[in-house]
Amino acid sequence: MADVHITIDGQSLTVPSNYTVLQAAESAGINVPTLCAHPSLKPIGACRICLVEIEKQRVLQPCCTFPVSEGMVVRTNTPKVREARRFVLDLLLSDHPLDCMTCQKAGDCTLQDLAYEYGIKESTFAGLQHDWPLQDANPFITRDYNKCILCRRCVRACEEINGVAAIGPLNRGFDTKIGTAYDGELQDSPCEFCGMCIALCPTGALQPKASIGKGRAWETHKVTTICPYCGVGCTLDLNVKDNRVVQVTSNWEGPSNHGWTCVKGRFGWDYIENEERLTTPLIRKDGELVPATWDEALDLVADKFAGYAKEFGPNALGFLSSAKCSNEENYLVQKLGRGVIGTNNIDHCARL
Amino acid sequence: MTGLVTTFGSGAMTNSIDDIADDANAYFIIGSNTTENHPVIGMRLRQAVKQRGAKLIVADPRRIPITDYAVLHLRHRPGTDIALLNGLMNELIEQDLYDKTFVAERTEGFEALKAKVAEYPLTRVEEITGVPAAKIKEAAQILGTTHPGALIYAMGITQHTTGHQNVIDCANLQMLLGNMGVAGGGVNPLRGQNNVQGACDMGCLVNFYPGYQKVMDEAARAKFEKAWGKTADLKPGLTVVELLHAAGRGEVKGLFVLGENPAMTDPDQNHARHCLEETEFLVVQEIFPSETTQYAAVVLPSSSFAEKEGTFTNTERRVQRVRKAFNSPGQARVDWWILAELGKRIQQRLGMAPDAAPYASFDYQKPEQIFDELAVLTPLYGGMSYERLEGNGLQWPCPTADHPGTRFLHKGKFSRGLGALTPVDWLPPAEVPDAEYPLLFTTGRVLYHFHGGTMSRRSPGLDEIVPEALVEINPVDARALHIEDGQLVKVTSRRGTVTAKAEVVDRPDIGVIFMTFHFHEAAANLLTNAALDPVAKIPEFKACAVKVEPA
Ligand code: SF4
Ligand code: SF4
Ligand code: SF4
Ligand code: FES
Repeated sequence: MADVHITIDGQSLTVPSNYTVLQAAESAGINVPTLCAHPSLKPIGACRICLVEIEKQRVLQPCCTFPVSEGMVVRTNTPKVREARRFVLDLLLSDHPLDCMTCQKAGDCTLQDLAYEYGIKESTFAGLQHDWPLQDANPFITRDYNKCILCRRCVRACEEINGVAAIGPLNRGFDTKIGTAYDGELQDSPCEFCGMCIALCPTGALQPKASIGKGRAWETHKVTTICPYCGVGCTLDLNVKDNRVVQVTSNWEGPSNHGWTCVKGRFGWDYIENEERLTTPLIRKDGELVPATWDEALDLVADKFAGYAKEFGPNALGFLSSAKCSNEENYLVQKLGRGVIGTNNIDHCARL
Repeated sequence: MTGLVTTFGSGAMTNSIDDIADDANAYFIIGSNTTENHPVIGMRLRQAVKQRGAKLIVADPRRIPITDYAVLHLRHRPGTDIALLNGLMNELIEQDLYDKTFVAERTEGFEALKAKVAEYPLTRVEEITGVPAAKIKEAAQILGTTHPGALIYAMGITQHTTGHQNVIDCANLQMLLGNMGVAGGGVNPLRGQNNVQGACDMGCLVNFYPGYQKVMDEAARAKFEKAWGKTADLKPGLTVVELLHAAGRGEVKGLFVLGENPAMTDPDQNHARHCLEETEFLVVQEIFPSETTQYAAVVLPSSSFAEKEGTFTNTERRVQRVRKAFNSPGQARVDWWILAELGKRIQQRLGMAPDAAPYASFDYQKPEQIFDELAVLTPLYGGMSYERLEGNGLQWPCPTADHPGTRFLHKGKFSRGLGALTPVDWLPPAEVPDAEYPLLFTTGRVLYHFHGGTMSRRSPGLDEIVPEALVEINPVDARALHIEDGQLVKVTSRRGTVTAKAEVVDRPDIGVIFMTFHFHEAAANLLTNAALDPVAKIPEFKACAVKVEPA
């Protein structure tokens, strides 16, 4: 890819010729607000919050779709630009409930951040407001289209990431709304509940149902880890508050999944707080498993295993390790089997 | 993974998720229900087809979801993979569509392979597999002319009595096509559970020390004896099914089961449970009570993934950091602590000194120390440390501290030198339908559940979407047996009976019954056959004979 030279906010840059102005700005650490654009999706230039001034262009241009060209001069933060963005926001907020106090997305909402940055308390437009019913007849996703700004990130996520294209725009004009065919429930559509639409929604329109009321962005911290289910090994961010997972969010830096997840990684974590969790060692006495201390349990196992090894030889013992446990743990199991007992009776259940 | 070791000298997914998704122009998926079992890879493949026009060929007895994106679906009968693959290769050779340069420069054994596959002309292959000859011809045409092409397989290939040979034949095909050692090619087994790769890498196998150092190799034995102060002899141990049976017969007295549920996931469950019941001293380390803990003498409560530090190795050989979010509930402890405590206490009782050898001790303060130890003893991981794993992790082999890790294997040269083209023959499954049990039975997973269901079935949302096992039956068979959609049916094999609702659907082929194995209420593995592949020792989950009747 040949390079081109452009100037953004007085900075001279050399960027690949297939870049958009937005990509060029971001590569130089220049922050331009976006709503409909996202690095994981193809740009469509729908929301116009990213308008910038480009010399020799008569009107402001959305930088997320505008390609760079040799000698281009761009300004991203002039009074004219700010005024235009203000207008876009004003219009968006004219049909948006201002209930940030109780909205699950508060603190992690691009729309809220922009309203704050541009100092818009309420819209100057008095207009009709939608009153769409909440759609949540499924275990995972709550949809409140009164908060939707029609950026279509969810639609593109479903098409360009998951691939099933379960949702799309319905109706026309003022009544345009996102939904499944015939505006039914996700459960009755091709939706696979991967949650990528939630991951990409910049507003509170799409929310993980199980997280509502459990904590918001400023109360949680993120722990980056790996999905416990399949061998793809997706990187996930656990959002944690008070020793509980509130939700799982996409980590766009994940080397194997680049932020993509399936239903198990995004929503299947809640087994860890299931009340059936084992919380104390158990020893069988008179046919019943009864609670014991760690010392009792560990000493009993050690006595028995050492006893069998002495009496019947090392191969009277066997170890089945786990494809769900870590490398460190698997290493220790076979070190215990080979290095302490002296047997090769060590396997794991992945043959199965 | 024994099949890949035979052909190439090492056994793992040869390529990376990114290069398969972005660089392959053709895909051959055999025995992998990718979109349901490895969903994010499935999504990447759907996009490769939709956005780049990559050509996808799926060979599977069921009309699995990914077939919707395939140019070609080869619906072969369960257990006929080798006949299909040999037929394809014969066609590639006859039509002169194979990569002669690659075969000449990088492989050996071509003449023997050619002679073997010549025994599989299209008419015979059609007869065995049920796939029309024209479709096999077309598949050969596409694969022979579209490069690079990635071959992807999963349990559908390995869970047969001929699993080892199945894998070898997949490797034969990719060598013949010259699809090895390039981005977007390769032989790519998708590993089922999240750290299967790691469990194998770490030597939780009867015949390998960590890093695939052979138990039978005197030098490897000496190395570990020196490191730990003691080790096992040169003879491979008993594999999981053999071990259960030996414990059931009282030959193995003490059995330690870590985080698994063999009472649920093992084939021929009635027998597996009988063995567990007979086991003299069963110790289970788990996070939930399970079908297996019922038989335990001692249960040790352990930790979920969110409660511990460590590393997992994914299907593309990438070692990644797992991080702790909070403590385990109650007195449950992290698994490495429990294992280390056992190590210390057993050593003491056997009169072993923890300072008898450089790595004899089990005195660890944190998992990082364990990782540093295993890296020293495992050349594939030799250059790794927690510090280096921050960020993107590292893909093995990564032998030295300045090695960047390995995106795809066998570039320019196979681990064993020349790739061994190895002729293999088709054999029917160990149990085939007959008058009494006229239908072929096969098992698998659905998107919303996982393995024995210990985790996913305790996730209320996942369980709400798919709460019960269904018996999939083709409309033609359903009509003949007077079975309606949604009706309760009894499925019976020589080993047991389960009752569940029928789903009359064109997903399985005529004569084939499919069921998932996540549900203890209707446990498919009560029916499956414990017959083992003689080399890889994987049971034949994917084919046995059953009869079906209204319940
Ligand atoms: S959850 Fe996934 S499949 Fe369902 S609508 Fe959202 S993006 Fe599409
Ligand atoms: S639901 Fe969210 S992502 Fe979808 S169009 Fe509305 S605001 Fe955008
Ligand atoms: S999120 Fe889905 S695809 Fe990714 S590792 Fe977890 S189960 Fe596998
Ligand atoms: S972000 Fe550019 S138009 Fe929406």
